[in-house]
Amino acid sequence: MRFELMYESFFKIVEGIPLTLQVVSISTVLGLALAIIVALMRISGRKSMSIPAYYFVYLIRGTPLLLQLYFVYYGLGQFSFIRESILWPILKEPYWCGIITLTISTGAYSSEIIRGGILSVSKNFIEASGALGLNKIKTFLLITLPITVRQALPAYGNELILMVKASSLISIITLMEITGIARTIISKTYAPVEIFLVAGSIYLIINFIIVLAVGLAERKLGTVKAN
Amino acid sequence: MFEVFSFGSSGWGDEMLMGALMTVLVSASSLLLGILIGIIFAACKLSNIFILKIIANTYTTIIRGIPELLVIYLLFFGGSSAVMYIAKIFGYDGYIELNAFTIGTIAVGAISGAYSTEVIRGAVNSVHKGQFEAGKTLGLNGYGLYGKVIFPQVARIALPGIGNVWQITLKDTALISVTGLVEIMRQSRIAAGSTHEPFIFYTAAIILYLIITRLSNILFDKAENTYSRGFVSKGAL
Repeated sequence: MRFELMYESFFKIVEGIPLTLQVVSISTVLGLALAIIVALMRISGRKSMSIPAYYFVYLIRGTPLLLQLYFVYYGLGQFSFIRESILWPILKEPYWCGIITLTISTGAYSSEIIRGGILSVSKNFIEASGALGLNKIKTFLLITLPITVRQALPAYGNELILMVKASSLISIITLMEITGIARTIISKTYAPVEIFLVAGSIYLIINFIIVLAVGLAERKLGTVKAN
Repeated sequence: MFEVFSFGSSGWGDEMLMGALMTVLVSASSLLLGILIGIIFAACKLSNIFILKIIANTYTTIIRGIPELLVIYLLFFGGSSAVMYIAKIFGYDGYIELNAFTIGTIAVGAISGAYSTEVIRGAVNSVHKGQFEAGKTLGLNGYGLYGKVIFPQVARIALPGIGNVWQITLKDTALISVTGLVEIMRQSRIAAGSTHEPFIFYTAAIILYLIITRLSNILFDKAENTYSRGFVSKGAL
């Protein structure tokens, strides 16, 4: 063990934390919005809505994230109409390609969590809300949504951890976040075990904080009986 | 547009299919290694020995808490020297280099093993205590008890979970393309670079992954039906 090296590389790897957190939080927020739309499409009962949503989720969950990342970063740039479009300033940046890919990925996975949460809301609640004279939108916002959040929170916590782990892939498209810096140091110093321990511990700490925060939120919101 | 997928030396069709075969091979060997690791660590977690429990919990926490890519880098850069270090203890002093397939299998197997551990532990826990007691009452122990009575029940309950682990493992093998193993991901990268047609080749890779996923879903459904013979479908049993 080269502790000196571990100590030095710790301060270098720490510099990658802001980028990791930035990419994760932006994609999580955008992905959540996408997930809600996809989940509502799936349960809308209209085939023209639910079938595209189903295949979107199937496509994203059935292929590796790395492939999706390559597809967005290298594949889309092949076409001149994309290179000439107004989207190109965004699509040529690895940073935005990473965010777009992670957003789409978490959107697909979380939509299933949200769908499960919405479906777990008992029909009795919806009927009771109708009997009280609330309209559809009010029922969704005041009854369905709060229950869904509580139901979906534990699974969504897992999804957040998966997002932190998935964000390491953007190092492959040249972004210098935690894994990117760790990889550079490994190939310079050839000390894989030491750097692995340092970078791994940083990820474990981030994920541990997420677990604590989600646990706190769960306790604060309390649990509700679905039926 | 599709002539790039022709077979033989002029196109990439056969190379892509070989890549798909490599993906299936490395995924299958990783899954098997993972199940083996899963059985060992599930046994550790279920044992009453404190130190074994700690080791197993540390393993699953670490693997599930850090990115797969880091685990792959650790084994890719450190795997050969670790093997040489162990070989030195046994008196072999030469140079050993592990090939990309072996390193990939070990790396993805180690990741897959953490998920399998939880699936197998859950399945063993869900076998009724009475089954163990009844087996012992009949005078069974060791293989008789675990192999003939417990295992078939654990297999039935664990199978859907192992099916999920298979999907995760299949997708994780895409990551070992960064170490140079020529599977779907790596092959489509090479082809995309050589033909300047990334869009077509990454689309082909997507389709290949979806086909493998679909076929393996069918296989797992069949296996589940076989192992569930004699059980009425109760949904969450």
